[in-house]
Amino acid sequence: MTETTASPTTVSRTAAAIDAAKARGGAALVGYLPVGFPDVDTSVRAAKTLVSAGAEVIELGFPYSDPGMDGEVIQRATQTALDRGTRTADVLRAVEQVAQTGAAVLVMTYWNPVFRYGVDRFARDLAAAGGAGLITPDLIPDEAAEWIAASDAHGLDRVFLVAPSSTDARLRMTSAACRGFVYAASTMGVTGARTSVDSHARGLVERTRAAGAERVCVGLGVSTGAQAAEIAEYADGVIVGSAFVRTLAREDGDVEAGLRDLGTLGEQLAAGAHRA
Amino acid sequence: MTATPSREHPQHLADAAGPYFGEFGGRFVAEALVAALDDLTAAWEELKVDPGFLAEMDHLNRTYTGRPSIITEVPRFAEYAGGARVILKREDLNHTGSHKINNVLGQALLTRKVGKKRVIAETGAGQHGVATATAAALLGLECTVYMGEEDVRRQALNVARMRLLGTEVVPVTTGSRTLKDAINEAFRDWVTNVDTTNYIFGTAAGPHPFPAMVRDLQKVIGEEARQQVLDLTGALPDVVCACVGGGSNAIGIFNAFLDDEGVRLVGLEAAGDGVETGRHASSITGGEPGVLHGARTFILQDEDGQTVESHSISAGLDYPGVGPEHSWLASIHRAEYQPVTDAEAMEAFRLLCRTEGIIPAIESAHALAGAIRIGQEAAAAGQPAPTILVNLSGRGDKDVETAAAWFHLLDEDQHDDVPEAAGPEDAAKTGAVDDAPYTATGSVEK
Repeated sequence: MTETTASPTTVSRTAAAIDAAKARGGAALVGYLPVGFPDVDTSVRAAKTLVSAGAEVIELGFPYSDPGMDGEVIQRATQTALDRGTRTADVLRAVEQVAQTGAAVLVMTYWNPVFRYGVDRFARDLAAAGGAGLITPDLIPDEAAEWIAASDAHGLDRVFLVAPSSTDARLRMTSAACRGFVYAASTMGVTGARTSVDSHARGLVERTRAAGAERVCVGLGVSTGAQAAEIAEYADGVIVGSAFVRTLAREDGDVEAGLRDLGTLGEQLAAGAHRA
Repeated sequence: MTATPSREHPQHLADAAGPYFGEFGGRFVAEALVAALDDLTAAWEELKVDPGFLAEMDHLNRTYTGRPSIITEVPRFAEYAGGARVILKREDLNHTGSHKINNVLGQALLTRKVGKKRVIAETGAGQHGVATATAAALLGLECTVYMGEEDVRRQALNVARMRLLGTEVVPVTTGSRTLKDAINEAFRDWVTNVDTTNYIFGTAAGPHPFPAMVRDLQKVIGEEARQQVLDLTGALPDVVCACVGGGSNAIGIFNAFLDDEGVRLVGLEAAGDGVETGRHASSITGGEPGVLHGARTFILQDEDGQTVESHSISAGLDYPGVGPEHSWLASIHRAEYQPVTDAEAMEAFRLLCRTEGIIPAIESAHALAGAIRIGQEAAAAGQPAPTILVNLSGRGDKDVETAAAWFHLLDEDQHDDVPEAAGPEDAAKTGAVDDAPYTATGSVEK
């Protein structure tokens, strides 16, 4: 068991970004986009567009060949990114460029690419690129001793997920292991926009707070400003992924129009999250 | 909550129970699945020693599966293995035609115990899918099987069998459209429907408790075979050969011999065109430690940790990972893992057909090729002829089209319907209709 709590001397950049949004009276907008879709440079521009639209935290997806937690929209995008040759070095370069905006930049990735790169080496290079930390959808704290040590050594945030099926004991253990925020997967399922966010989300956030989490953000299924506003009533952050990716992935391949539409959607979701 | 994993070796190798086998195993999964995996672990710990369950399994084994499966000594085939004594464990004679039914019946009964009415499964060659569809029909469970689109094409007969049994077969169009992608899709279904659905995993891989549970359900193969060989020969076999994709038939037959130091255990991996060509499925021989489908184990990956597509003429071995217990047994040198190319496997396939009247699954032909190699090596080294036990894990009905194409046995106008898994161009020259053993691979000359 690895119930390591964050060192009190470590300042979480992600927590600071979320707290700034809360100080203004709402919740933070956390936007996900995969690096390399439709190409590396455009994905960097897209992430910067979301920051301009009001997102406080950016999740940059590290494309992986076997994304077992992703729904169709994100899977197709990350497959495109891989088909076009996106590499680990591209992810680190994208982190560096997006971090220059001042947003907290987290990398979201399955575990094998980090394991393969070298856990401590990845932490060192991510920190050097200005990254805030890592979200690990297939790495639970039970298996994360190496990553917990590396993230402590390099001052990085670590975001683990909780789910409606998590027991109270696991919520306590996961909340203690997280730094930055706890990612509450609102529904039992994979990523993808849904017409209504499951009512499980509110209960899960309450249970996670009761288990000791300071900040809880809700993801999986959010696509509209109204949904964001609803979640902002009880969560510290609203995580949006597939809706952004779908907007960027225009069938006609018009990149500029995709970026424009992304900015518009980002503003709507930011307004909802910020309860503006 | 998961207990602290024990990475120490158990007192008896055969008792290794997970979640870790040495440095391999674990649970690299979405948090949403942890509760279901905990439930399965607890239910299995209870069930596997429950007298009622054991009696039900025993009854099904005797009256439905056809256990114990027999052993068959194959002296005509053995002539090509340097004169070794070769004994086959006939899992091909099980109901549904392979060892897969052993595992599936146990997990289907477990599904009933945890109160779920729907099962899902993944399948490559279709053997596991057919077994799951069979068990679902027998126990009245709803069943969905995920199968890569490429495998749906290669294994049309098994797709039809599953549909006849009332199962929904879903072709998977992502990634390489083979087994690994079917597993991804099954995990997605499971994480979405875990309240109502149990995932009947097909091999001794994946997150804990699957590797240990599947091994527990397959070890009957080794337990029977160990006693049968003792009864027949008065001694343990010198060598046990089994093919390894995910590795469930191999771990099942190895288990009974793990603590018999004198018994050499050899897993035969699919080498496709040859490990050196990069077109292969030899995860231990040609892979590196990594994480895939929920476990830390040997996998085929590139330098960025992206999974590399595997290749084998055998859809059932065409998988870029391997069960974590095999990775452990390799790391402590208790079992050895050798690659067998498509050509070597097909020659062994042909030999068994011609010399013994048994058409094996192409998966199992890899194990037969291993026996030929090991027997010949012993003969060349002037050692006494070894007794080699080979797990004949499945029968070859599903592979007849692939084999017919490889050996160019069909009339020209039938070729359009033949899978492209046909062999190299020179396969035609191998004399498939010639009685003499061909020597194209240099490995089977008498």
